[in-house]
Amino acid sequence: MNGLAFLIPVALGLGLAGLGSFLWSLAAGQYEDLDGAALRILIDDDGAGE
Amino acid sequence: MTATLARSEFTLPGVRCAGCIAKIERGLAPVSGVRTARVNMTTKRVAIEHDPALTPAALREALAGLGFDAQPIADLAAGDADAGAAESRRLLKAMAVAGFAAMNVMLLSVSVWSGASGATRELFHWLSALIAMPAVAYAGQPFFRSAWAALKRGRTNMDVPISIGVILATALSLFETATGGPHAYFDGAVSLLFFLLVGRVLDSVMRDRARSGVAALLRETAPGGTVLLPDGSTAWRRAAAIEPGMRLLVSAGERLAADGVVDTGRSSLDLSLITGESRPEPVAEGDRVVAGTLNLDAPIILQVTASGDRTVIAEIARLMDAAGQGRSRYVRIADRAARLYAPAVHTLALASFLGWLAIGAGWHQALMVAVAVLIITCPCALGLAVPAAQIVAAGALMRRGILVKDGSALERLAEADLVRFDKTGTLTLGRPVPREPLPLTDAERPIALGLARASSHPVARALAAALQADGVRAAPVTELKETPGFGIEGRIDGLVARLGRTEWLGLGPAGHDGLETGFRLGDDPPKRLRFDDALRPDAAAAVRALTALGLAPAILSGDRGEAVRPVAAALGIPAEVKMSPQDKLAAIERLEAEGRRVLMVGDGLNDGPALAAGHVSLAPASASDVGQTAADAVFLGDSLSPVPVAVRAARRTLRVVRQNFALAIGYNVLAVPLAVAGLVTPLIAAIAMSVSSLIVVANALRLRGCAR
Repeated sequence: MNGLAFLIPVALGLGLAGLGSFLWSLAAGQYEDLDGAALRILIDDDGAGE
Repeated sequence: MTATLARSEFTLPGVRCAGCIAKIERGLAPVSGVRTARVNMTTKRVAIEHDPALTPAALREALAGLGFDAQPIADLAAGDADAGAAESRRLLKAMAVAGFAAMNVMLLSVSVWSGASGATRELFHWLSALIAMPAVAYAGQPFFRSAWAALKRGRTNMDVPISIGVILATALSLFETATGGPHAYFDGAVSLLFFLLVGRVLDSVMRDRARSGVAALLRETAPGGTVLLPDGSTAWRRAAAIEPGMRLLVSAGERLAADGVVDTGRSSLDLSLITGESRPEPVAEGDRVVAGTLNLDAPIILQVTASGDRTVIAEIARLMDAAGQGRSRYVRIADRAARLYAPAVHTLALASFLGWLAIGAGWHQALMVAVAVLIITCPCALGLAVPAAQIVAAGALMRRGILVKDGSALERLAEADLVRFDKTGTLTLGRPVPREPLPLTDAERPIALGLARASSHPVARALAAALQADGVRAAPVTELKETPGFGIEGRIDGLVARLGRTEWLGLGPAGHDGLETGFRLGDDPPKRLRFDDALRPDAAAAVRALTALGLAPAILSGDRGEAVRPVAAALGIPAEVKMSPQDKLAAIERLEAEGRRVLMVGDGLNDGPALAAGHVSLAPASASDVGQTAADAVFLGDSLSPVPVAVRAARRTLRVVRQNFALAIGYNVLAVPLAVAGLVTPLIAAIAMSVSSLIVVANALRLRGCAR
């Protein structure tokens, strides 16, 4: 029973953390351009100063 | 004080790779006035924040300088797509919440099923209640809202039994928990919501993808024009900012942004977008002209008589809105099923409640049985059956170059039994292509391309496209000089080369009905180059395939009889000619009133009302923005074969949807007697629900190859 008192909050907390980060990433527009995100990794930023 | 930034969005059909993204973003950064530029690869758009002084036309030129053909995004379409994306986000959030709740409640329920009892079971039930209640209150909203809207109008839809089932199950489980009962249905309620939201998200994502695909194709008919100010200077204005009385300068190759009277200049106009008429119409001082037409030959100055929502285009748009009303009355197949299903389910639940009371059970036990019946019959598989099938089919069609805007379009497409085509731009390509092999020698071709490339005249562009398609490389023609209304000339190897009007080159007036231009190198005899708006490559095969599918074809054209007859003869189908947008609309409405279901295929502004009135409509990607907005689906490419492909795919989809209904109902026939007999525990309900959903989704996946 003592184990439960510890494990259930941990399980729920992890779940909530996952849910929270998903909602955050959705609101931050991280799913707006999935194709572009995959390609941007290939852009070589060296020498083309921002 | 910081200047407010303007924001412009452009579609970039040409972006394909990481290199393009880098090139555009870096290329725009040094342009003065540009603050930020960000390419969205998924929607093929670039969003630019810039100084308000920088016009869209200038930005477009900057993009063209980088080698990308860009089109400013029509506000209307962008708004539509954004609203759709916001809706998808809301559903996705609801799905995430329901998914979280379903997983955790299920975790607790599994412990209860595997034998937790006494205080532990009560603790688990209370925990489940704490997770499930807010989740149901939040994630259930899309269903509650839609069910309430339907009930208020005295109707019922799929969401009514869902809402009643979920709310009753949650309320009763709460009561069970409070009184220490053995069974709570929290897991059933939230996982039901989760599965259904998956269906809704799929449905919404499919609509978004098609919408943003279509929005990326939209060409604003005439986003604006150059206004001559009283002080003699010129300024670019958006179409909405142009007012009657202003003088509008329209260069050759530009679309008119407002209705007006020609003030100075002579030219010819391409009216095909407005009337379907393929022959250019000559205009001179004093002639009335309408917005949306394309100025072909020479610059003209207009005295604007009507602009914005008082133009002929806006009139057609209003007609279209009115014609679209009929389609909004279409009831989707899932809702039609719900009309039969919901009363049956509710009667059954009520009957089992009364039945158990009658045989002497307590009201508590009777209510538990009724809730079990509601949960077991909740149309989980039904809610997934339609969207799962439609999104798989729409994905297959999208890979084939057909963008279907929503699921109901697929349902209506499967029901069509007649097809009506517009001619210009639909059965034909809508752009000039050489009527016969070009009568140019191998030495002349590169020179002709060098000249044609430098002009923005539609015929010159057609010539350039034809030559480039043949693999010709342009010759370095120098001293290029374009004379508006006549043509372009240049010098190469000491010889003068000319491309332009046949009269200019001493060939006499254009002989045939289509478009014609002349080419002359040095003192060689001039040559006539004849262009035509040719039939789409496999138009005949597509029409035959549609006839074989049982869709009787015919042409509704705004063009003259002489122009339509050869097309009708080549395809062997009847045609009505010289139809105004109103005539086309009336023809479609007459057929619909006879109970026929018309598939309208068209592209122009003049087809807009007919596209909106048809039971279902298709437009080619080359269509005007009005045509694409009105159509249910847009197909890419020159070929007409996507039309029969789409019809066939839609019919297969409808078959799979029906099979899914049969599966879902078959499962109910098996499970309901158990529920009525009071044998369904939350465990059985959860297993039954998941299995039936998986079967339905698996069946829908068979549609992946439906667009071959």
